[in-house]
Amino acid sequence: MRFIIIFLLIGGLVHSQNCEQELHGRVVDFHDGSPLSGAVIIVGGVEKYAQTDVDGYFTIDNLCDETYNLQISHPECSTVSKTVTVPYVGTYIIQMEHHLETLDQVTVKGSAAIDYVSSQLESRLEKDALDDLSHTSLGDALKLLSGVSTLNSGNTVVKPVIQGLHSSRVLIMNNGVRMQDQDWGVEHAPNVDLNSAGSIALIKGASALQYGGDAVGGIVLVEPDRVIRKDSLFGSTILTGASNGRGGTLSSSLSKTTAVGWYGHVQGTLKRFGDFEAPNYVLSNTGQFEKAFSVRFGLNKFTYGFEGYYSFFDSETGILKASHLGNAEDLFFAIQNEEPSVIEDFTYSIENPKQEVTHHLAKAKGFMRISNFGKLEAQYDFQFNNRFEYDVRRGGRGDQAAVDLELTTHTFSTDLSYDAHTDIKGNVGVMMRYQNNFANPDTGVRRLIPDYDKYDLGVYALGNYTLNDNWKLEAGVRYDYNHLDAKKFYRTSLWENRGYDVEFANFFVEDFGTQVLTNPVFDFHNFSGTLGFTHTLSEQFEIFTNYSLATRGPNPSELFSEGLHHSAARIEIGDLRFQQEVAHKVAVSLHKKAGRFQFNFSPFLNKVNDFLLIEPTGVEQTIRGGYQVWEFRQKDAYLFGFDIDANYQISRHFDMFSKFALVKGYENKDENPLILMTPANLSTTLEYKNEELNHLKLALESNLVFRQNEYPDTNPEIYLPISQTNEIIDVSTPPEAYHLMHFRVDTRFDLSRKSTLAMGLSIYNLFNTEYRDYLNRLRYFADNLGRNIVLRVKINY
Amino acid sequence: MKNLKLTSLLFITTLFLTSCSSDDDNIEPILEEEVITTLQVTLVGGGSTITMEYKDLDPEGPTDPVVTVSGPLMAGTVYTGSLTLLNELVNPAENITEEILEEAEEHQFFYQVSNTLNITNITYEDSDSNGNPLGLSFSFETGAASAGDFTIILRHEPNKEAEGVSNGDITNADGETDISAGFPLTIQ
Repeated sequence: MRFIIIFLLIGGLVHSQNCEQELHGRVVDFHDGSPLSGAVIIVGGVEKYAQTDVDGYFTIDNLCDETYNLQISHPECSTVSKTVTVPYVGTYIIQMEHHLETLDQVTVKGSAAIDYVSSQLESRLEKDALDDLSHTSLGDALKLLSGVSTLNSGNTVVKPVIQGLHSSRVLIMNNGVRMQDQDWGVEHAPNVDLNSAGSIALIKGASALQYGGDAVGGIVLVEPDRVIRKDSLFGSTILTGASNGRGGTLSSSLSKTTAVGWYGHVQGTLKRFGDFEAPNYVLSNTGQFEKAFSVRFGLNKFTYGFEGYYSFFDSETGILKASHLGNAEDLFFAIQNEEPSVIEDFTYSIENPKQEVTHHLAKAKGFMRISNFGKLEAQYDFQFNNRFEYDVRRGGRGDQAAVDLELTTHTFSTDLSYDAHTDIKGNVGVMMRYQNNFANPDTGVRRLIPDYDKYDLGVYALGNYTLNDNWKLEAGVRYDYNHLDAKKFYRTSLWENRGYDVEFANFFVEDFGTQVLTNPVFDFHNFSGTLGFTHTLSEQFEIFTNYSLATRGPNPSELFSEGLHHSAARIEIGDLRFQQEVAHKVAVSLHKKAGRFQFNFSPFLNKVNDFLLIEPTGVEQTIRGGYQVWEFRQKDAYLFGFDIDANYQISRHFDMFSKFALVKGYENKDENPLILMTPANLSTTLEYKNEELNHLKLALESNLVFRQNEYPDTNPEIYLPISQTNEIIDVSTPPEAYHLMHFRVDTRFDLSRKSTLAMGLSIYNLFNTEYRDYLNRLRYFADNLGRNIVLRVKINY
Repeated sequence: MKNLKLTSLLFITTLFLTSCSSDDDNIEPILEEEVITTLQVTLVGGGSTITMEYKDLDPEGPTDPVVTVSGPLMAGTVYTGSLTLLNELVNPAENITEEILEEAEEHQFFYQVSNTLNITNITYEDSDSNGNPLGLSFSFETGAASAGDFTIILRHEPNKEAEGVSNGDITNADGETDISAGFPLTIQ
């Protein structure tokens, strides 16, 4: 009351002054300076207001020579307060934060990645879909998207395969940080906790050049939850129990956000499984124990902000005991046998052979908006990856890891984006990276991957241009320089046998008798680029066309392998002479985005020059018997195929979803099929949903995987002393086609205004079908998983 | 922009310094501890001693193993055999036989004779603490003059309780092959 009186008094005083001033002003968008019409300007203390015209201008008359508080509001912006002293000469400019929604999106994602890959259709998995898969892995989740399959070592070591390509060819971004987790190995799964993801985007090509120029297969973007700028405290807990493996997952998260922009987020996951089971037997020693947590905090102002992030991932994974082999004779018998050689009672304990991986990721990022221009970002990230592989060893060495690799990576990157023009957008950036690999000599086993230092420098420029409502063009270029400096011990015999002693004499450092120390140093200059357009054909149809050029330097495994890879029971040999792989990929997507029937049809052609692949080449005789030899080689190849997604709304309650993917890969000229290409697969889901019945959802899924009929026949032949015969080890022939049915039911209850309880039940492999998958490295030894009943409870609060 | 330049300069300098320092200290070679490079067999019978050796100093490398047999066996003779296992990649050579003896329960040798070679009555002359055969010592009997392969197989973690395994039948033994060494023998 007193305030009002004072107010009135001041008002009285004001009236006695000259009160015929006018204030001319204009309200504009912060980033591109475009006028904001319909903004309302309220003058505090006096009952005056004005509204901006189509050009953003406004005028307030009858003001006194005073200082006024203005409150400016606009339906698409946050309200702004300003202080202005009258008389004001000229036009008073007020900048507002336009596009509230895109703001959050852009700020959280880091560089406005997705916006800049406009000519390639991106696939996306949202939080709800990910929550349902809480008990699985990143690879399993990505498999829901058409064109993605998985390369498995058992059912817990899962790598995504994008249109036939995997490992070093698939780039994984975890909250804006490129994962450096020894992705060269086929039995090295991504060290990402699926539960830490808010959403996952997939780009089936190399077009998002700001992340790297070597994504011959594609790019996976694991993004955290979006930060909303309002005062709120919320979280969720998911508890999953699975019958197969008799274990489950507990994952919990808590977020605090404020209206001024501060935010904090913590999340943690515990995952524990015992031995999994095939339809007819226990898959002994396939348990898993995974622990992960992440912390994120920051300030998200409109004009500036920063973020700190740390995530920890630790996974202990048992490897099927029956897959642990000595020599090629053992492999021959393992393949002959219908059942795995070791079947024991169910247990939670994980014995050798097993893997234990720890991954630390820390990042610090800051950004600043530049008025009438765009945004400048800078990021430093640190990663430490430690991989132990334990083997069945003699002489009490079981507790001593057979592989102990420590990979440390520091990356500094900056990105400057321009978004001031409505039709032209672009960004440029620089990336610098230092990486060190240390192979701990305490293993008592020769280093599989040598010690090395690696320096990377990348620069890129990307841009897109909106020609009109129907055409959008996009182009980008990137250059990467890699410098690799390794310390590698070669067996003298191999060093000479492959002619390295002559060709790479300059790498020689010291002779240790049976071994030589060498210092291989490589420099690679990689060019990559992208060019594409998006064309809207009609209200329903749009077409995306993209060409991308990707260049990938050979990874340490491809260059330096020379010896027994214990976990694969084979001798693997790389080559120092390898060059970069250069991929030209053309991807087209025809998208029908409206109507009851919608679809995507996405054909592609990926021509890869100097494609690197590993294949069996023969058998080497040792005191332990014959060993399979797998050699890397390089040859021009091409892959092509298409993915189809379709959905049809049958009625208000019924929907049908279908996806089909086909990929073919051949070597040039002799048209030899490439090894381990994903077989054609078709998945169809019939879904019933009823929002009124506690959001009830019932779904029945049919999943058909065809037999891979095109494969290289590279079976080695061995002499079997037991039967005194020569036998062919059939490592090439793919398993038969299989068909699986899955069923699920979901409901959701509102507990209070702010909290919900969601419950779901899924039955995977409904009919307990026996099957083996071509892309499972353990297919020689055991069937895949049998029926699995999974119960999920999720509480949002 | 100036800050950015400074930061990158600092970064590159750090890289440079780390790279310089790491160049000087060379790493040490790893001498494989667990490798068996050599299998020596001593056969005593009929008043004479035959020695055989299977040596693989380049276990995973391209050089083939070297097999030597000191001479032919006599027909119609009982031989007792004993095995010595060595890792000759380390200096002095490590005797792996002791390791096998210590872990006798987890190991078993098997002897395979090709059809053309007249060797019979192969008998284990030792056993582990469970009374199951080990096979560092064994005996056999030669028949009429013939020639063929005699293969010695060492399995790690075999199923010694499986059918026939304690009698030297490898069919159901499973486990992991640690040695599979064939010797060309002649009986005269």
